[in-house]
Amino acid sequence: MKRIFPILSVITAALLAYALYQALVVAPTDAQQGDVYRIIYYHVPSAWTAFLLFFINFIASIQYLVSAKASTKAAAKWIVLGIGVVGVIACFLPQVQRMLPVGMRPSAVATTVLAIPLFYFLIGRLFPGQKLDVLAVTTAEVGVVFCTIVLVTGPIWARPVWGIWWAPGDIRLTSTLVLWLIYVSYLVLRRFSNSAQTQMLAAALAVFGALDVPLVYFSIWFFRTQHPQPVIGGGGSMDPRMLHVLLISWIAFLCFAFLVCWSRFRLELLHREIEEAHAMESLLGAGAGSKASLPLSRSSR
Amino acid sequence: MSLWSVTFATLRKDIRLEWRSKDALNAMLFFSLLVVVIFMFSFDPLAEESRHIVGGLVWVSFLFASVTALNQTWARELRNQVLDAYRVSPAPANALFLAKALGNFIFVSVLEALMTPLFVIFYNVRVLGPAWQLLPIAVLGTWALVVNGTFFAAMSLRTRSREIMLPLLLFPISIPAVLGMVAGTTSILTGEESAHFWIVLLLTYDVVFTTACLALFGAILHAE
Repeated sequence: MKRIFPILSVITAALLAYALYQALVVAPTDAQQGDVYRIIYYHVPSAWTAFLLFFINFIASIQYLVSAKASTKAAAKWIVLGIGVVGVIACFLPQVQRMLPVGMRPSAVATTVLAIPLFYFLIGRLFPGQKLDVLAVTTAEVGVVFCTIVLVTGPIWARPVWGIWWAPGDIRLTSTLVLWLIYVSYLVLRRFSNSAQTQMLAAALAVFGALDVPLVYFSIWFFRTQHPQPVIGGGGSMDPRMLHVLLISWIAFLCFAFLVCWSRFRLELLHREIEEAHAMESLLGAGAGSKASLPLSRSSR
Repeated sequence: MSLWSVTFATLRKDIRLEWRSKDALNAMLFFSLLVVVIFMFSFDPLAEESRHIVGGLVWVSFLFASVTALNQTWARELRNQVLDAYRVSPAPANALFLAKALGNFIFVSVLEALMTPLFVIFYNVRVLGPAWQLLPIAVLGTWALVVNGTFFAAMSLRTRSREIMLPLLLFPISIPAVLGMVAGTTSILTGEESAHFWIVLLLTYDVVFTTACLALFGAILHAE
């Protein structure tokens, strides 16, 4: 485990450098926007990574909430399986296909729906018990960082292209901002409540946030249709060479995010281990005097 | 003990306490009166403009005022370990939650009923759209605020500096509801657009979050 980490760091650094080279040199210049558009090679991968991390956070929180009781855990398992099966079948019914927006392929939607049970069972298997909560903290923190990158690079791009820094009516912009706010409040809750109940409270808040996101999206979508808004560049087709660079960039960002999450995950585990050891020491060591030593496992093992 | 008997017993107790002390209501009323006056000096709008902004002002002042009441919701139960006693009693957890949410709903509704005439006077508001639609928006919007507010107030009981925590948790989640209330009220006042979408949105929000609160409140109350 310890040997993989430096190897992965080197690979990530190389990938990030390669992605930067591709983005700045290899990718063709946009016909309308010029070189300004190249920021999407940082903006879009950060956004996808942030959304993925928040999604993992949501799944981990749900898992944490339901795993408190055996009965709810069994029920949740079947519900998630049901969502997966029904969602995939529904994507291929002609009635549902007609409701999908233009340009959205049913197979792509079905794959996305399939990701829900896949992630659910994968996370449940890989992160048992308290590790679910550690995973939730980790993904929320790293997700907020990536989401911040999105919110900073967005206006930098919008200023030369739209002529304004911020468009309150723009749906993706505003819903990303609200998502960021929700997760910042999640982190604030975690910071302000360091009791034993923090995990449960945070998991509940994460579920609330996830329920809120679709409502935010629809409300802004409707709000937007009533208000004038700047034209979003192009939409739809993209030069395949650009898409290629974008995907390379995303892979590099995913590796980077994974690396950061991994080290944060280990840090949080160690942190909790130390806290537990301190608690044990204060329970046992009060009577035993100076003889009682901290069972700081990692260093002595 | 059935859900409803416990709910109504707790609700009656809360209303009686509030009736005798009038703590929450007085604080809310004076607070939102101050907000109205400060807004009046800051904007000083013409009648035509005020129609476009007053929806936002009304709901922002109610939102801030209701936070002062929501913060006191659970404080009463902490004294003499009432909440701990409730936790070990066989009464259903959701009954307590429903009673608190309904109580807050009544208090905030009273506040709205008393404050709305003031807004009309100060801002010279005349409704151009179908005025009766303001009623569902008010009811659904108030419920949207108090149901999540009560839940998050219970949540922030377990944190340090809980008075600050409540708005920090409540406002981000409430953004779609606030947008619905403000945009719905504005479209009714100006009579330019239909408010149907916003009423449906608020209804969806209420259903989704009432369900979520009821499903998760037990876990929050008994979290150890």
